Order: sequence, then C-alpha cells, then structure tokens
Amino acid sequence: MFFQARNYRHPAFKRGFLDMLSVAPGIAAWGLMTGVAMVKSGMSTAEALLMALIVFAGSSQLAAIPLLLAGAPMWVVLATAFCVNLRFVVFSAHMRPYMMHLPLWQRLVNGYLTGDLTYVLFVKHFPSPASTPAQQAEQMAYLAGNGGINWLSWTSFSVLGVVLANFIPATWGLGFAGILALVGMLCSLASNRMRWISAGAAAVVGVAAYGLPLKLNILLAIAVAVALCLKLEPPALVTPLSGPAKKETP
Amino acid sequence: MNWDAFFTGTTDGWTLLTTVGMACVTVIARSFFFISEKDWALPPWAQRGLQYAPIAALAAVVAPELVMSQGALIHNVQDARLYAAAAGIAYFFWRKGTGQAVLGTIVSGMLVYLPLHIGLGW
Repeated sequence: MFFQARNYRHPAFKRGFLDMLSVAPGIAAWGLMTGVAMVKSGMSTAEALLMALIVFAGSSQLAAIPLLLAGAPMWVVLATAFCVNLRFVVFSAHMRPYMMHLPLWQRLVNGYLTGDLTYVLFVKHFPSPASTPAQQAEQMAYLAGNGGINWLSWTSFSVLGVVLANFIPATWGLGFAGILALVGMLCSLASNRMRWISAGAAAVVGVAAYGLPLKLNILLAIAVAVALCLKLEPPALVTPLSGPAKKETP
Repeated sequence: MNWDAFFTGTTDGWTLLTTVGMACVTVIARSFFFISEKDWALPPWAQRGLQYAPIAALAAVVAPELVMSQGALIHNVQDARLYAAAAGIAYFFWRKGTGQAVLGTIVSGMLVYLPLHIGLGW
C-alpha cells in the first residue's frame, strides 16, 4: 500500500510509480470521460462522486450505470459488476503466491489497488514470486507505487469529470464516450477466435432478450456465451488461467 | 460556492448503497483467490469458462446500446452510434491494440460521433 512508510521509502516504489506514470495520461483521460458519462447518463452529482471515489473499476461502473438508472435490483447490478470484473478473478489466482505472506487486510487493499495495468506491469516486472523477505519488500513496494499512482490518476480525473459534466450540455451526447470505452475494452479482450464467438453470442442474446425484466438479458447472455464457448472449445485452447495480458484501464 | 447548484439530480439512497456494494465487488473480485488461507481451486471447466465471461458481459451491455432505441432494434442507418463504434473498432485494430488503444478508440469514436450527432442530428 502506498501509505505505508516501508513501501514508499523503498527504491522499488519509485520504479513502480514511474512505470505506471507513462500510461497514466490514458487512465486519467478515461477516468475523466467516465466521470462525465456517469453524470450525463443521469446519475446525481452525489451518486457520481461516491462512485468515482470508491468503486475504482471503470468497466463495471459503466456497465452498472444503465442498470442503476433502469431501477434494476441490487443483486442484478452487483452480479453484473462482478461478471464484468471476472478477469480480475483470473488475475488474483496468478497473484496469490505473491500475496499470501501478507495479513488479510493488506491482501484486500492490495487486491483493490491492482487494476488491469498494475497487474500487467507487476507480473512483467516480477515473473516469479519472492523467496526472501527482502524480495517480498521490493515487490510490495513496486506494487504500492504502481497501484497508488493508478488509483490517484483514475480517481482524481473521475471526480474532475463529475464536476465538469455540469458545464457540458446533455444534448452533445458525451455519455456515448462511456459506451465507446466499453467497446475499446471489448476489443482488447478479443484476443482469440473463441472470445470473438463469446462476444458475438452474448451480443445477439443481449439484444434478442432485451425485453426480459431486471436487465436479466445480460446475465442470460453471459451464461449462453460461456456455455457455447465451453461446448465449441477446441482441445488446444484448453489452457486455464492464461488470462488476458492486455492493457486496460484501470 | 453554491452547493445546491453543484449537487444536481435526485440522489437515491438505494443507489448509494449499491455503489458501496460495487466497491466491495471490486475488492472481492480482485482479491478472489488470495482471500482464503486455504488452498483451493475452481473446477477446471469453470476456470476455462472464466476467460469467456468478461467479454460476454461487455458485449451484452454494449450491443443493445449500439443497435437499439427505446427497446426496439433500429431500422435507420442514419445513426451516429453505428459509425462511431465502427470508427473506434477500426482505430483499435489499426493500432493492433498497442499503446493507448482504448483511449484512441474513445477519441476516434467521439470524433465521428459528435459531428454526426450534433451537426446532422443523427
């Protein structure tokens, strides 16, 4: 965590910080647009500020906004957010051996701060888990510097976006930037043919079942797409936990 | 500062509570396999299925936002969303997903969307 002295005084903290700083402008811009999109799609300022400050997951925020505004029940919103976040579940399996020496609360804070880019940069920098306390300290300092600047740039620009949104007329349709951000995320996940099939199947079911109540078309689409892919999967592709090592935000 | 002018919209307590729940979902999803001290794993089929779920979730959310209007499929090709999405996707694959490709997708898509939407009313 970036607020612990043993992390921010370690030289690896700065290295993690600088590695993330080079991609921070993209994160900041996307955070800004997410902030604008939240307000533009109809959330109140207080709702958008709270979401900008604490959720720290761009795609699940953007996916949840239409559901929140449609009055979907909480469990549907949370289940959808979790599904959009499922790639992090895969990442966490990879990160487990790096984390288990920490107490639970520090593991949870580290997990919260490990967005896509932090995960990608961290495992690139440290291909294997630490075997000595000195290595553990170095890895955790790097993670703290990296995740810290990621959180800071994302959150501060999301808040700025929420504030600026009040000065941008709704008729401009800037909320569509949020949908385009999801399109970009989708493209970055489309790393093989099976994932294209998953996206295509989910898109068709999502549209065809749009009339279902509670936005259940989304969960149905996920279930159908995953089942279809497991059915069609050629044996060569059966490589569990080789998750997407793509650049995404945050 | 006039706080009433700053805080626009109607704030719903249930939405705030759901937002707190979403923050918890962020923590749980990102910590999932290192919350428990015990060594455990998902069944292999579920591990394989996991990799198809994120893109399915995004596609299911995005597709209706691109091709539907008021709950029905659009029958009009004069819709800025279609061209903006096409431009964004084209940019992403032109860049082969490198660098700030997601940001570029947003920017190029909006550069197509805004003139069509504001200028032509599509």
